[in-house]
Amino acid sequence: MATDITGGTKRAALIEKAGEEVQGRSLWQDAQRRLFANKMAVASMIVLGIITLMAVFADVISPHAYDEVYWDYIGVGPQWENNHWFGTDANGRDLFIRTLYGARVSLMVGIVTTLVALIIGVTYGSIAGYFGGRVDSLMMRVVDVLYSMPLMFFIIILVVVFGRHIVLVFIAIGCVEWLTMARIVRGQTLSVKRKEYIEAARASGVSTPNIIRRHIIPNVIGPVIVFVTLMVPVVILVESFLSFLGLGVQEPMTSWGVLISEGAAQMENAPHMLIFPAVFLAVTLFCFNFIGDGLRDALDPKDR
Amino acid sequence: MAAVLEVRDLQVRFATPDGEVSAVNGVSFDVNESECVGIVGESGSGKSQLFMAVMGLLAKNGRTLGSAKYRGTELVGMPVDKLNKIRGDKIAMIFQDSMTGLTPHLRIGRQMTEVLEEHKGMGGADARARALDMLNLVRIPEAARRLNQYPHELSGGMRQRVMIAMALLCEPELLIADEPTTALDVTVQAQILELMADLKRVTKAAVVLITHDLGTVAGLCDKVQVMYGGRFMETGDVRQIFYKPQHPYTKGLLSSMPRLTEDRRTTLYAIPGQPPNLQRLPAGCPFQERCEFVHQRCVDELPLLQEARPGQFKACHLESLEHPVDDPTRAAIPAEAMPPVIRDVRTA
Amino acid sequence: MLSYAVRRLLEAIPTLLVIVALSFFLMHAAPGGPFDSERVLPPEIEANLKAAYNLDKPVWQQFVIYLGNALQGNFGPSFTYKDFTVSELLGTGFPVSLRLGLTAILLAVIIGCTLGILAAMRQNTRTDYSIMGFAMIGITIPNFVMAPLLTLVFGIYLGMLPVAGWGDGSIQYIILPVVALALPQIAIISRLTRGGMVEVLRSNFVRTAHAKGLPERVIIVRHTLRAALLPVVSYLGPAIAGLVTGSVVIEQIFGLPGIGRYFVQGAINRDYTLVMGTVITYGTLIVLMNLLVDLVYGLLDPRVRYD
Repeated sequence: MATDITGGTKRAALIEKAGEEVQGRSLWQDAQRRLFANKMAVASMIVLGIITLMAVFADVISPHAYDEVYWDYIGVGPQWENNHWFGTDANGRDLFIRTLYGARVSLMVGIVTTLVALIIGVTYGSIAGYFGGRVDSLMMRVVDVLYSMPLMFFIIILVVVFGRHIVLVFIAIGCVEWLTMARIVRGQTLSVKRKEYIEAARASGVSTPNIIRRHIIPNVIGPVIVFVTLMVPVVILVESFLSFLGLGVQEPMTSWGVLISEGAAQMENAPHMLIFPAVFLAVTLFCFNFIGDGLRDALDPKDR
Repeated sequence: MAAVLEVRDLQVRFATPDGEVSAVNGVSFDVNESECVGIVGESGSGKSQLFMAVMGLLAKNGRTLGSAKYRGTELVGMPVDKLNKIRGDKIAMIFQDSMTGLTPHLRIGRQMTEVLEEHKGMGGADARARALDMLNLVRIPEAARRLNQYPHELSGGMRQRVMIAMALLCEPELLIADEPTTALDVTVQAQILELMADLKRVTKAAVVLITHDLGTVAGLCDKVQVMYGGRFMETGDVRQIFYKPQHPYTKGLLSSMPRLTEDRRTTLYAIPGQPPNLQRLPAGCPFQERCEFVHQRCVDELPLLQEARPGQFKACHLESLEHPVDDPTRAAIPAEAMPPVIRDVRTA
Repeated sequence: MLSYAVRRLLEAIPTLLVIVALSFFLMHAAPGGPFDSERVLPPEIEANLKAAYNLDKPVWQQFVIYLGNALQGNFGPSFTYKDFTVSELLGTGFPVSLRLGLTAILLAVIIGCTLGILAAMRQNTRTDYSIMGFAMIGITIPNFVMAPLLTLVFGIYLGMLPVAGWGDGSIQYIILPVVALALPQIAIISRLTRGGMVEVLRSNFVRTAHAKGLPERVIIVRHTLRAALLPVVSYLGPAIAGLVTGSVVIEQIFGLPGIGRYFVQGAINRDYTLVMGTVITYGTLIVLMNLLVDLVYGLLDPRVRYD
C-alpha cells in the first residue's frame, strides 16, 4: 500500500475532531443543563432564594419586632412613613415582619419535616425493595393500609392530644408523609435491581458497594429529589392548614396559616391582612412546584 | 410495470434541543407493482424514518422534504384527512413491536373491524366475517375465539400475525413491514417470514421489507437497497447484491453474517466503529470513518449513486472492490496513520 | 370479579379496625380527659360520671365495649353537645358533607378531564399553556385561601352569593364551598389527564391506529381516552381523601353544618366520642371509595386480573 502522510493526518485529525465534538455528557451534567434552560425553574429558584434571605434577615430589614404592639395602628393598611410596609394586624403588630416570621416557620417546617419523611421513607422503601419477596409484600401491605386512612385526621388528633408544640407538628406530618416516598423508593429499587446493566456490572466483577454507589443510588435518587421538592410545598400546606384551624403554632409566634386565618376573619375591613400572607404562601408553593417540575423534566427527558 | 410508490429526493429532519438531526438525506427510488423491496441498514440508518415519513407518521418534531407519490398522488404535505383515505387502505404498515402495537383495551375483533368500517363501509357481521377470514389466512389457531380476546391474551407471534392480518384487510397495494420479526423468538421469526413469503404469492401487494438482517431479505425480496447515514449506499437485484456486492459497506454487512459452512475457528467479521452521528454527518462519504478503503476523495466529496454494473448502483468512489484505488495518484490512507481501533481490525 | 369485590370488602375490615383502634388509643393516651374542665367536680360525681361513660374500666375493656357499640351504630353520647348522641350529630351532618363532597368530585372529574384532554390535544400551544398555568394556580393556592378570596369577591364585592351558611341547602349556598373545594382537584385531575393523554398519544398503538387511516376523532375516543384516564381513576382514591380533608376547613369557613365542623369542634374540646365517630365515618367512606375505584379500574383495563 502506498503512503500518503498528509491524507493520513487529515483523516486522523478529522476523526479526532469528531470525537471531541460529540464528547459524552454525564446524566447529571445533562440534567443540570436542562434545568438551567428552564426559565420558570430558574426564576423560581431566584424568588425562593430571595424569600429565604428575607426570612433569615427579617430583623435586619424591618425596624419592628414581630410581637411589638402599636396601639395607634390597629389593622391599618400599608404605611410607608411608619415603615409598616404591609400594614398592621388586628392587634396592631407589623404585618411585614410577621409575614417573614411566618416564612421562617413555614420554610423550616417544610424542610425539617421533609427530611423526617425522607429518612423514614428511604429506609423503609429501600429495605422493602432490596429484600423483595415476602418482606416486601408485608411491608407494602402496611403502607397500603396506612394509605387508605384519613391521615390528616390523625395529624389533628396527634396535635390536639399531645399539645401544640412545633416539633410535634414536624414529627406528626413527617410520620404521615413518608408513605409515598417509601413507595417511590421501593418501586425504583425493585426495578433498578432487575435491570440488565446491574447484572452486567455484577457479571463483570464490580463489587456490591460499587454497584450500589454507581448504579443503584444514581438511578433511585432522581425521582427522590423530584419528590422531595414537590413534598416541601405539601408539608407547608399541611402546616398552614393546621395553623388555619388554630392547631398549629401558638401566639405570639405566627405562621402563614395563622396569618391567613386572621386575615380571613378581617377580610371585609382589612383585606391586606389576608392578601399579603396569602400571596407569600402561594408564591412559595408556586416556586417549589416549578422547581420540582423542572427537575423532573431535567432528570427524565422522555417525559417532556 | 407501473410504480406504486415513487420517492424523489426525500429528506427527513428532526428538531432536537441539540440542533437539527438529519435522519434521511435525499433518497430516490420506486416500488413497482407486486415487487418486494428490501431496505437494509443498521439501527439509526434512517430506514424506518424514511417510511414513517411516507406514511405521515413522523413524530411531531420531524419534517419531510422532497416528494413521495402513491400512484402519482403526492403524499408529502397531504392533509391528514386525505392521507387517511390512503393509509390503511391502499398502503398498510406493520410495525416492529407487536407487544405494544395493538390497543390494549380493545378486543382483536374490534381493532380489525374498525379498519373495514372506515375504508370499506362494511359493518357488523360482514366485517367480522372478513376479519375472521384474514385471521385464518395468517394461520392463527382458533381464529373465531381470538376475535373476542384482548391483545395481552395472545403470544408475541400471534400478535404479529394479527398485525399482518389487520394490514391485509383492505387488500392494500403496498405493504410496508418495518422489522416485522425483530421482537420475536427465532423459531417464530421463521414462521412469520414463511407466512409473509406465502402471502406475497397470494396477495398482489407490493412489499417493502425494512430490516437489519440481510438473511431476511435474501428469502423474500426481489430488490435490495442498503442504507447508511440516511443515504442509499447500494441498490440492485437481490442476487447481484448478495453475490457481487460493489460497496464496501454491503460487503462488510455480508461478511458479518454467520455462516454454518464456515470454519468455526475464524472469528466473525465486524465492521469497526459505530454508525455516524446524524447531527454531524461528515462532508464526504458517510461511511468514511469505518471504511477500510477510505482515501482522500472520500473525505472531500460525497459519492453519488452511479451504475456499477447493469441494474446495480453504488454510492462509492472506488472503481471496484477488487481494485480499491480508483486513482493511482491518490493512494489509500495507510494503516499506520489510522486510529488504533481500526488498524487492529484491519491487520487482524 | 364478584369474589374479588367480596375479598376486598373483607380486607377492608382490618383497615377499619386499625382506624378505630388508632384513634381510640390516641385519644385515651391524651393527658387530661373530657371532665378536666374549668370547674372541679366533687370526686364522687366525677366517679359516677366516669362509671356512666365506662371511663373507670381498663382501656382495653373500654375499647371492646366501644367497638361492640360502634358495630351497632352507637357511638355513644357527645361530651360537648350534651343533649345529642354522636350518631344523631353524624346523622344530621353527614348528608350535608356528602352532598358537598359528591358535587365537588363530580365537578372536578368533569372539568378536570375536559381541560386535560384539551391541553393534551393542543400540546405546546397557548391553550395548553394557559390550562396548565391555571392548573398550577389551582394546585398552589390552598382552599383555605381560595375560599375567603371567593367570598370576598362574589359574596362581598359583587354580592352575588351568600357569604356563609347553609340556609335551606339550596344551590346558591353550595356554589362557593363546592368551587373552593373542587378547584385544587380540578387542577390535579387536569394535569393527570394531560399527562396520561400525552403519554398515550406517543404510544405504539396510537401510531398503529394512525397507520390504519383512522380519523383523529376515532383515535382519541376509542384508542386513547380509556388508557389515558387510568391515572385519573387511580387518583380518585386520594382525591376523595383530599376532598374529605378539604371539606373540614371549607365547612369551618362557610359555617356549614357538616361533620367536618363537628370533627374540629370535637378535636379542640377533646370530645372523644365525637372525634372517633367522625374519624370512623370518614375512614369507612375513604376505604369504601378506594374499593370502588379499584373495581372501576378493573373494568377499564382488561389487563387487570382478579386472582
